[in-house]
Amino acid sequence: MGKLYKILKYFFITFWAVFVVAPFLWALTTSFKDFNSVNGGATYIPWVDFEPKLEGWRVLIKSPANGGVDIIEPYFNSLFVTCTASLISIILGTLSAYALSRFTFKAGFVKNNDITFFFISQRIMPPIVLSIPFFLFLGAINLLDSLIGLIVVYIVLLMPIAVWIMVDFFNKVPREIDETALIDGCNPYQAFFKVVLPNSIPGLIVAGMFCIIFGWIDFFFAFILTFTEVQLLPVKIVALNSSITPWWSLSASALISVAPLIIVAFVVERYLSKGNLSGAIK
Amino acid sequence: MNLVAENLSYKPDEQFHLDEVSFDFKKGNIYTILGRTLSGKTTLLKTIAGLLTPDTGAMQFEDKDFLKVPVWERNIAMVYQQFINYPHLNVFENVAFPLKQRKIDDQVIADEVTKSLKSVGLEGYENRKIQELSGGQQQRVSLARSLVKNAKILLLDEPLVNLDYKLREQLREEFKNIFSQGLSEDSIVVFSTTDPREAMELNGEVIVLDEGKVLQVGPAKEIFENPKTLKVAEISNDPPMNILKAIIQENKIIFEEIKVDLPSHLSNLKEKNFNLGIRASDIELSDSGFEFEVELAEISGSETLLHLKRGNARIITSIEEVLNFNIHDKLKINFNSNKVYAFNENGVLASSPFGGSYV
Repeated sequence: MGKLYKILKYFFITFWAVFVVAPFLWALTTSFKDFNSVNGGATYIPWVDFEPKLEGWRVLIKSPANGGVDIIEPYFNSLFVTCTASLISIILGTLSAYALSRFTFKAGFVKNNDITFFFISQRIMPPIVLSIPFFLFLGAINLLDSLIGLIVVYIVLLMPIAVWIMVDFFNKVPREIDETALIDGCNPYQAFFKVVLPNSIPGLIVAGMFCIIFGWIDFFFAFILTFTEVQLLPVKIVALNSSITPWWSLSASALISVAPLIIVAFVVERYLSKGNLSGAIK
Repeated sequence: MNLVAENLSYKPDEQFHLDEVSFDFKKGNIYTILGRTLSGKTTLLKTIAGLLTPDTGAMQFEDKDFLKVPVWERNIAMVYQQFINYPHLNVFENVAFPLKQRKIDDQVIADEVTKSLKSVGLEGYENRKIQELSGGQQQRVSLARSLVKNAKILLLDEPLVNLDYKLREQLREEFKNIFSQGLSEDSIVVFSTTDPREAMELNGEVIVLDEGKVLQVGPAKEIFENPKTLKVAEISNDPPMNILKAIIQENKIIFEEIKVDLPSHLSNLKEKNFNLGIRASDIELSDSGFEFEVELAEISGSETLLHLKRGNARIITSIEEVLNFNIHDKLKINFNSNKVYAFNENGVLASSPFGGSYV
């Protein structure tokens, strides 16, 4: 019984691992192929099955003048936009979440829960509904095709996520902790920064992770709101596609674009395994 | 100067949480707020702390309008019934936190914290994380944090209620010691509890609170001996005082076909219909007594609580023995008529064995 369980367990773990890792390996080998190797049937092992070439990767770095596509600038654009928008969303979202969790607001029939729902409702609509207003809005303030414009849009998209996660988190932090801080001589700001915030790091990490993921993978708004001046990575990757699909550079750029998320996943995983995410507050 | 409150009322929803509460707390004394759950004890403490602002009323302390002073400037200390500490700080940092807020010299802080931790029996735990401590130890940390401030007003909101029996007994003893030795002459201690025994043991001034109203104020002994109303009698006794509808006829108290000799302290009652109050501990098993049926028998520690029934009368007695009874068993009990209370039909104390009367 015990042995069978063990065998089954490892079988399924192996199966799942292959399932998860295989696409990455496939992309990795493909990125080192050239036109002939890609079209020459299913081959996987470099030097044996096919002759590895660096062309797929080189194209990404070379400037367009030299026949390349230069993915570096969009890459850093994406990093900059995602990180800035996530950071601002987390800061604003945490502050508003704390207010929604701790103070009572009332304007007519609008109460705390309605305001929280208002934030979340921004994500209920399909993106296409938001695209036209965003386009007109950015056009009106001359921020179309600019990094700042994208950051503004992403804050609108990411802040609801931060508010949602942090309201839920703060609701689980006992109010008495804030009250004790007030009693111990903190004014409300000190209570927030000295006591509530240090105990909210797990929530901040989860919210930050979601913001970064959703910001980083967005294609739709980046596609609609930029033209030539500014390009983000997802748009640039799609733009690689021409009359001949360059599977090698597509694979390479896919790997590059996934890399930051893998780093985020590892950081969060280490934090999780240290037991810091759970049990910070009983 | 005293902490004086006048007509504090707080009504955030349909019900009053505080209803015209007034008090006059003098320095150097312990005040116990006794009341059932949801009677407004926590609301009252939070109002004193400044965490809640009453709708109406006034509060003065040291010649200041206390309601205008923000929480963080009131120099109070509060221990909650939940063990509230700062989870991100260790024991030492927790206790040092309020002193750090005052920007006191580090060496002084270290000395004070050590002293305070010693007074609650936690020396050697300085570097522990809060999560590594047991419930009792966590509550000691929050007590140490409250004591270290040397606050002028110390509020304790049912600090023992979430502890297990043994720890509660032990910590209650320590509280008494700390209150009698460790507190300076100019602090006010306000302790809230649902447990009448706790209120009696602390032996300070007791404020009986129910549905936001102050029912009676007085020394613990006075509340115990002469409860002003039925409600107070119920709240200030555990198990609650038994209340039975009775009449007086021919020098006998009569209820449920039971006749008991009229004790002298009831002989002057004006009304012949009254509410008879008798403590669970003033009822004893006796072969010459009256027959009751057992509805429930609970053994708690070394005593047995019997829930008894006869006709419409339901009473609870506590017997200082471990006894085994089954449901529906019949037994005979006698009433110690010298210890019974009489409340008039409005529930006001008409006569007590200690001579009190509010009629």
